[in-house]
Amino acid sequence: MARVTSGSELIPAIPETQGGSALGRLARSSVDILRRDRFALAGVIIYLLIIIVAILAPVIAPYDPHAVLTQNGAWLTNQEPNGTFLLGTTNVARDIFSQLVYGARPALLVGFSAAFFVALIGTVIGLIAGYFGGIVDTLLMRLTDIAFGIPFIPFVIVLVAFLGPSIWNVVLAMALLLWRDTARVIRSQVLTLRSRTFVQAARISGAGSWRIMFLYIAPNILPLSMLYGTLAIGWAILTEASVSFLGFGDPKVVSWGFMLQDAYVSQALARGAYFWFIPPGICIMLAVMAGFFIGRGYEELLFPRLRGR
Amino acid sequence: MLRAKLIYVLGRFAQMIGVLWVIVTILFLIFRLMPGNPLVAFIDPTFTEEQQQAITHQFGLDKPLYVQYVLYIKNLATGDLGTSFFQKQPVLSLLMDVFPNTIVLTLVSLIFAYAIGIVGGSILAWRRGTAVEGVGIVGALMTRAAPDFFVGMLVLTLFSFKLGWFPSSGVSSPGTIYDSYWRQLIAPDFWKHLFLPALTMAIYLQGLPLLLMRSNMLEVLDEDFVVMSRMKGLPEWRIMLNHAARNAMLPVVTALALGVGYAVSGNVVIEMVFSWPGIGRMLVKAVQAKDYPLAQGAFFLIAIVIVFMNFVSDILYSFLDPRVSSSRKEVG
Repeated sequence: MARVTSGSELIPAIPETQGGSALGRLARSSVDILRRDRFALAGVIIYLLIIIVAILAPVIAPYDPHAVLTQNGAWLTNQEPNGTFLLGTTNVARDIFSQLVYGARPALLVGFSAAFFVALIGTVIGLIAGYFGGIVDTLLMRLTDIAFGIPFIPFVIVLVAFLGPSIWNVVLAMALLLWRDTARVIRSQVLTLRSRTFVQAARISGAGSWRIMFLYIAPNILPLSMLYGTLAIGWAILTEASVSFLGFGDPKVVSWGFMLQDAYVSQALARGAYFWFIPPGICIMLAVMAGFFIGRGYEELLFPRLRGR
Repeated sequence: MLRAKLIYVLGRFAQMIGVLWVIVTILFLIFRLMPGNPLVAFIDPTFTEEQQQAITHQFGLDKPLYVQYVLYIKNLATGDLGTSFFQKQPVLSLLMDVFPNTIVLTLVSLIFAYAIGIVGGSILAWRRGTAVEGVGIVGALMTRAAPDFFVGMLVLTLFSFKLGWFPSSGVSSPGTIYDSYWRQLIAPDFWKHLFLPALTMAIYLQGLPLLLMRSNMLEVLDEDFVVMSRMKGLPEWRIMLNHAARNAMLPVVTALALGVGYAVSGNVVIEMVFSWPGIGRMLVKAVQAKDYPLAQGAFFLIAIVIVFMNFVSDILYSFLDPRVSSSRKEVG
């Protein structure tokens, strides 16, 4: 995060592009990042692994994560890790390994959908504010100030408590608030792009405001939106985990945050049931770090001065 | 020049009040327009229809929404945050009972975190390109990626349950009563309770100043006055300390101001892990119990801290960096 902050003072080295070639260029430079940056490559590999686990969860997980496992009618509670239960069982006889595998699903759902909305809303608000300027800019930037003034975790808790515990309400809360960083950065970027020759050329040739904004300026700020999007994936997964840990999560969904809460309230800490609460914590860390690593790669693409630092 | 500064500060202050007003309005709308009767937790199912209406009347919930809104703003302006549904006490005094705990926890961990971050960041910049730097950066990213409550659980398991060095919850041992908050603050028992939550928070918070300090140092080290000092043959440690670090610290100081606000909002989770009786824990408990006046008050108080610290950080920044008049720097 800090690198983004310090980087915002630098001028991103975004070459001017027009029209549809931007996506192709983005794809090409992404491949380029992966070839050069081992961290970014590690991030992508971690995400690919999580995606595979999420898709194949029913195949990989030996048990239903909600099922209470019994043997001859007796509950198999608090089993130590062994051949049948790779990570043991919980205090209500559920298989921890299966929960861990299924936990990849909500993490990905929340992570990617929240990141998508955060980047989308932030980009659109930043574009409109930066391009039109004047009163529109003032209003939108005051709106951003307000979003910066609302305490994030308390806001999510209150909203989820009112609207009901569901991961989509967590996503909604994030979409309503976290666009703020992206919007500010995109806006300042649009301000510098607005006066460039290719935009003026488009204006002279009679292109409308919206056309210029979305066809000429937007492709140029796409990498920056992607950077904030990748970072938002991590924040979203962390937020969902926090909300679940506080007990406001969807009770029907087994997420890594839910597992940690379950372990915490079941005294797993005092009993030293490490196999219960350490794996989900590590999974969250890996997922969030993967986002940071990919973000770092994008940053080096955007701010070449940082390269080698 | 001074006049311009004053106008800027006043304008920024007015903006802060405006932002607070909008937040208060949003808060009002959330709590009034959401599905469900806000008194649902308060009204016993055995109450008769008349009793229910009497209570609704007592809370002013039968009045039109705009009348409720005007009343609400008026009460807030005079510091009246209502009465808790369950504890039957003024919300403000309940909040003020626990607010100092949150402030102490936040400040102690921030000071820890920024001390570690500033020193560590300088070292990483100094040792640029070495294994120390690589390990340091990955370590900082790891602490930023670890959920704070997970770190808290690890810390609890190790220091409290396994080694038994520190208590696992609360602010004081059972049965301890202090005659004043000051007495509590200087009691060794209090610091023993504070240690683990503060450590957990500091571990989470130090990543930002560390990475910020490092990249600022790297910028500064390229500047002419550092090159000049090198040419003068000053010892490396003096260049680092007297020239580079001093200049690189300015943005970190503004980040610290912002950090106070975000930490007060973010330590909700840590307060829950360590059962630390602070404002965040009060908020969570109030929301769980559907104690709306208390939840609303706690939310409002946290928002005030954030908005105020955003204001302070902008002002600080404008004074520390003469190039800035109204644009600002943000910290994620």
